[in-house]
Amino acid sequence: MDWLPDLNTVWFLLVGALLAGYAILDGFDLGVGALHLLTRDEQNRRIMLNSIGPVWDGNEVWLVTAGGALFAAFPNVYATVFSGFYMAFMLLLFALIFRAVAIEFRSKQPMKWWRSFWDVSFSLASILASLLIGIAFGNIAGGIAIGPDGEFSGGFASLLHPYSLLMGVLVLALFMMHGAIYVVMKTEGPLHDRVRGWIKHTMIFFIICYGVTTMATLIYVPHMSDAVKRNPLLFVIPVLNLLAIANIPREIERGRDFRAFLSSCAAIVTLMALFGVDMYPNLVYSFPAPERSLTIYNSASSPKTLAIMLVIAVIGMPLVAAYTVSIYWIFRGKVRLEASSY
Amino acid sequence: MSLVLLSRIQFALTIAFHYIFPPLSIGLGLLMVFMEGAYLKTRRPVYHQMARFWTKIFGLTFSIGVASGIVMEFQFGTNWAAYSRYVGDVFGSALAAEGIFAFFLESGFLAVLLFGWNRVGPKMHFFATCMVALGSMFSAIWIVVANSWMQTPAGFRIVGEGAAARAEITDFWALVFNPSSLDRLSHVLSGCWQAGGWLVLSVSAFYLLQRKHEEFAKASIRIALVFVTAASLFQLFTGHQSAVTISRYQPAKLAAFEGHYPESAPASMHLAGWVDEREEKVRSFGEWPNLLSFLVHGDFSKPVKGLRAFPPDERPPVQWVFQAYHAMIWIGIALIGLSLTGMFFWWRGKLFETRWLLRLFVIAVLGPQFANQLGWMAAEIGRQPWIVYGILRTEQGVSRSVGSGEVAASIVMFSVVYFLLFVLFIFLLDQKIRKGPEEELAAAAPRRASYRDS
Repeated sequence: MDWLPDLNTVWFLLVGALLAGYAILDGFDLGVGALHLLTRDEQNRRIMLNSIGPVWDGNEVWLVTAGGALFAAFPNVYATVFSGFYMAFMLLLFALIFRAVAIEFRSKQPMKWWRSFWDVSFSLASILASLLIGIAFGNIAGGIAIGPDGEFSGGFASLLHPYSLLMGVLVLALFMMHGAIYVVMKTEGPLHDRVRGWIKHTMIFFIICYGVTTMATLIYVPHMSDAVKRNPLLFVIPVLNLLAIANIPREIERGRDFRAFLSSCAAIVTLMALFGVDMYPNLVYSFPAPERSLTIYNSASSPKTLAIMLVIAVIGMPLVAAYTVSIYWIFRGKVRLEASSY
Repeated sequence: MSLVLLSRIQFALTIAFHYIFPPLSIGLGLLMVFMEGAYLKTRRPVYHQMARFWTKIFGLTFSIGVASGIVMEFQFGTNWAAYSRYVGDVFGSALAAEGIFAFFLESGFLAVLLFGWNRVGPKMHFFATCMVALGSMFSAIWIVVANSWMQTPAGFRIVGEGAAARAEITDFWALVFNPSSLDRLSHVLSGCWQAGGWLVLSVSAFYLLQRKHEEFAKASIRIALVFVTAASLFQLFTGHQSAVTISRYQPAKLAAFEGHYPESAPASMHLAGWVDEREEKVRSFGEWPNLLSFLVHGDFSKPVKGLRAFPPDERPPVQWVFQAYHAMIWIGIALIGLSLTGMFFWWRGKLFETRWLLRLFVIAVLGPQFANQLGWMAAEIGRQPWIVYGILRTEQGVSRSVGSGEVAASIVMFSVVYFLLFVLFIFLLDQKIRKGPEEELAAAAPRRASYRDS
C-alpha cells in the first residue's frame, strides 16, 4: 500500500481542504463586506447584506474548525503561529467580532447614523480581516524567524514586510472579485447590472495583484516554486488556475452567473492547491534558518491521534458537506427582503 | 503584573463573557424544541407565536456567543502556546471534534431557524430546531470533555523529556469518558437549562405584571416552569455527584470548597464563612459538623483529606474557591425553592395572580447566570496551580514568545469590545422584550408559503 499517503500528508490535505473551504465560503462574504460601501442607498445595502445573511455565520465555522484541526493535528504549528502572530491575530479576532456585531446590529435600529456606523464597521472589518489573512499566508510562505525552541523569535513589525503586505492585498482582491460574482448571482434588476460592472474592475485589480505577487514570489521567495520546478506535471495547477480565472468574464458575458461563481471557486481551489504543493511538507517556513521550519512531521501529533482524528473527519466531513449543500439549496435564488431579514 | 497572571486574567475575562451566552442558547434551544413540538402537535397559534418570539431571542444570544466564541478557539494558541504543544495531541482532538460535530450543525440549521420560516414547511423547520438544539448540546459535550480532561486526565501517556515532553493519547474513549466527564457534563447542562428556562420565566412574568401578551406569557410559563423545576432538582443531584468525583480525584479542590485544612479528619460544611488562609482555618457563620464526610463517603466519621496534606505551592487560592462555591450553592438552593414555590402556586391555581412571586421570577433570571459563573470559578480556580491537574502547572503553559505589554493591550481591547457588546446585547434584548411577540401570529396560523410561490 505504498501508494497511499501517510497520515501526516492526509492531515496536510485535510487542513488545506478546510482552509480552501473557508476561503471559498467566507471569501465571498468578506468580499461582499469589502464592496459594501460602494452601494449608497439603504435598499441595495440591505440586499448586499442579506445575500450573505443566512450563511456568513456557518462560513466562519470553517475557520474555527480549521483552527481546531490544526490544534489537534499539528499542535506545534498552532502554538507557534498563533502566539508568534499575537497582535496580528488579536486584530483579526477584533475584526471578525466587530464584523459579526455589525451584521447583527445594523438592522436593529432605523436611524441613519446607526446604520451608517455599522455599514462602515462591517466594510472596514471585512477589509481588515481579508488583509490579515493574506499577511498570515505571506509570512508562513515567505518565512518567519523561528528560534531553536520552535518559538517565533521576531516581533509584530517583522511580520509586515512588502511580500506579506502584497499577499494581503492579493487576498483582498481575490475576495472582492469572488464577492462581486456572488452578489451578481444573488441579485436582479438594476443592482445586478451595476455589480456586473464591478466584476471587471475587481478582476483587473486581482489580475494585477496576481501578476505582481507571482513575480515577487519567483524573485524573492524562490523556494515557493521549487516543487513545480522539480515536478513539471504540477505545472498543470497554475495552468488550470489561469483557465478558471479566464473563464469568469466569459461566463459573465453570457449571463451564466452561477458558472462564473463556480469558476471563481475553482480559481480559489487551484490557488490554494498551488500554495499547498509549494509548501509541502512544510507548514511554516523558517527564515533565515530553514532547518527550523515546521513541517508536517516535526510538528504533528502522534500517529494514533492522527488516525483517531481521521475517523472523526471521515464521519464528520460528509455530514458537514450535506448541511452546507442543503442550506445553500434552501436559500438558493435571488435575495428577497422579508420580515426576518437583516 | 506577570505574564502568567495577565494571561489568566485575559482567559478569565473572555471565557466569563462568552459563557453568558451559550447557556442561554442551550437552554432556549431545548425549550424551542418543546414549543415548536407543541405547535406541530396541537396547531395552537400561541405555540407558533412562542416559537417565533423565542427564536428571535435565541438568534441574538447565539450571534454574540459565536462572535465571542471564535476568540476561545484561538486563545489556547495565542496565550497558552506551551500548553497547546504539551496537550495538543489530546485536548486538540476534543476541540476539533466540537468544530466538526457541533458548530457546523448549529450554524447551518440556525439559518433555517431564523430565515427559513417562509422557505421550508413547519416540519422541516421543527427538524432544524431539533438540530440546532442538538448541535448546542454536542458543543457542550465536547468542550466539557476537553475541560474535564484537564481536571481528571485519563487515556494518555507522557512522552519525551523536559521541553519536548508532551501528552499523547493512548485510549480515546478513556479520554472522552474520563472520571469527571459525565458528572460535570450533566451539571453544566442542567445549569444551561436553568439559564434558558429562567429567561423565559422572567420575560413571561414581566408580561403578566404588565398585563400584556397574557395568553403567550401563561403558555410560556407553563412549559418553562416544569422545565426549570426538573432542571434545578437535577442540578442538585449532579452537583452532589460532581462533589463525590472531586473528593476522589481532586481532593485539594474539595478541601478548598469547605476550607478544610486538617490533613485527615472528618470534614464539616459551612453555611457561610471567611477563610483565614494564614491561620489555616475558617471563621464559620454556621457550621454543620462532619456533613461533608457524610455527603462524600456516606459516613459522618470518615476522614476527608485536607489542605495541609498538600504542600503550600500545590493548594488552590482557598478564599476564592470557598466563596465562589458557597455563593453557587446558595443561589442553586434559592432557585430550587423558587421553582417549587411556583409549582405549588400553580397547583393551587394562583400562580398567574401572585404578583410578589412573579416579581421574584423577573429578577431570578440573574440567578443561573451568577451561579454558572461562580460554579466555573470554583472549578477552575480550584484546579490551580495546575492547568492539567497534577501534570502541568499553569505557569508552565503560557506563551513564551508573547510579551506582557501585548497581553495587557489585548486585555484592554477585549474589555472595550466586550463592554460595548454587552451594552448592545442588553439594549437589543430589552427592545425585543418590549416589542413582544407578534400578536398577529396568534390570530391565525400561517399557511405554508413556499419560496417559489412568492
